[in-house]
Amino acid sequence: MARRHHDMGGLPAGPVDQTEHALSDWEILADAVNQALGEKKIKRTDEMRRAREDMDSELYRSLSYYERWIASMETILTEKKILTREEIDRKVAAFEKKWGEP
Amino acid sequence: MSMDRSDVHHAADTGEDHPHPKHELGYYAKRIYAIRDLLIEKGVITQDDIQRQIDYQEARSPANGAQLVARAWADPAFKKRLIDDPKATCAEMGIDATSINEFVVLENTERVRHLVVCTLCSCYPRPILGRPPDWYKSLNYRSRAVNDPRGVMREFGQELPDEVEIRVHDSTADMRYLVLPLRPRGTEGMSEAELAKLVTRDSMIGVVDPLAPQ
Repeated sequence: MARRHHDMGGLPAGPVDQTEHALSDWEILADAVNQALGEKKIKRTDEMRRAREDMDSELYRSLSYYERWIASMETILTEKKILTREEIDRKVAAFEKKWGEP
Repeated sequence: MSMDRSDVHHAADTGEDHPHPKHELGYYAKRIYAIRDLLIEKGVITQDDIQRQIDYQEARSPANGAQLVARAWADPAFKKRLIDDPKATCAEMGIDATSINEFVVLENTERVRHLVVCTLCSCYPRPILGRPPDWYKSLNYRSRAVNDPRGVMREFGQELPDEVEIRVHDSTADMRYLVLPLRPRGTEGMSEAELAKLVTRDSMIGVVDPLAPQ
């Protein structure tokens, strides 16, 4: 079985960047929504991992940490038919209108 | 940190000095606001559930772990309990570690140092140390911690003699680790509060030893 994109232990890699960034509001929110869904037993840590592991490899490497979380949360919530992609798209479109973006 | 509950669309705003105009948010950042609103509208979770998680995470910090380590250094019976039954011993100190399934405390010695990683993602003893630092979640740390721990530790400023063994522990969703660092020399007679100041977050992940006393 080929090694998948999340399974990177022991692969060659460069120095560890020790720079830390203060979390943005949307990152704090992603963290909190994820934890709240866990508390309600709507999703489990290993389900979220599976969703991240099933992502496109290029996408996995290109997204930031909390972007990966949001993508996997959306996968789990749509798989469980709690939300649909279309609902999320419509809500985002409404935000963009309100926030002044085409 | 508190949120303005009156405006759901801005409920995660923290009032800190890094405002992000909403129209400049990235694709996924916009989607989490949408997901949040939809989950609340459908009654899946409430605004209070989210706020409680933010408050909980803000209340976790490496200071919790430092308190445990300092007590363990000062009190051998406490140290033994902390290693034998970490969750119950955390509760003694008012630290709720029940959300961790298996919690393991790894004692460093002169001959053995422990290093914690999550190669597959970012599992971390959050109830004890708070959210993991960026570098712990980085692809380079996840890749190298297991086969070049000595090199990684050197980057953090820790140079270990060859005869010191390094044991690397790979975390999972169900298994979280805390390193109990070696008590620094020259700390005899220091109070627990003084000792706790020497215990850094990174020393409890295992990439470095604790600070030396001034």
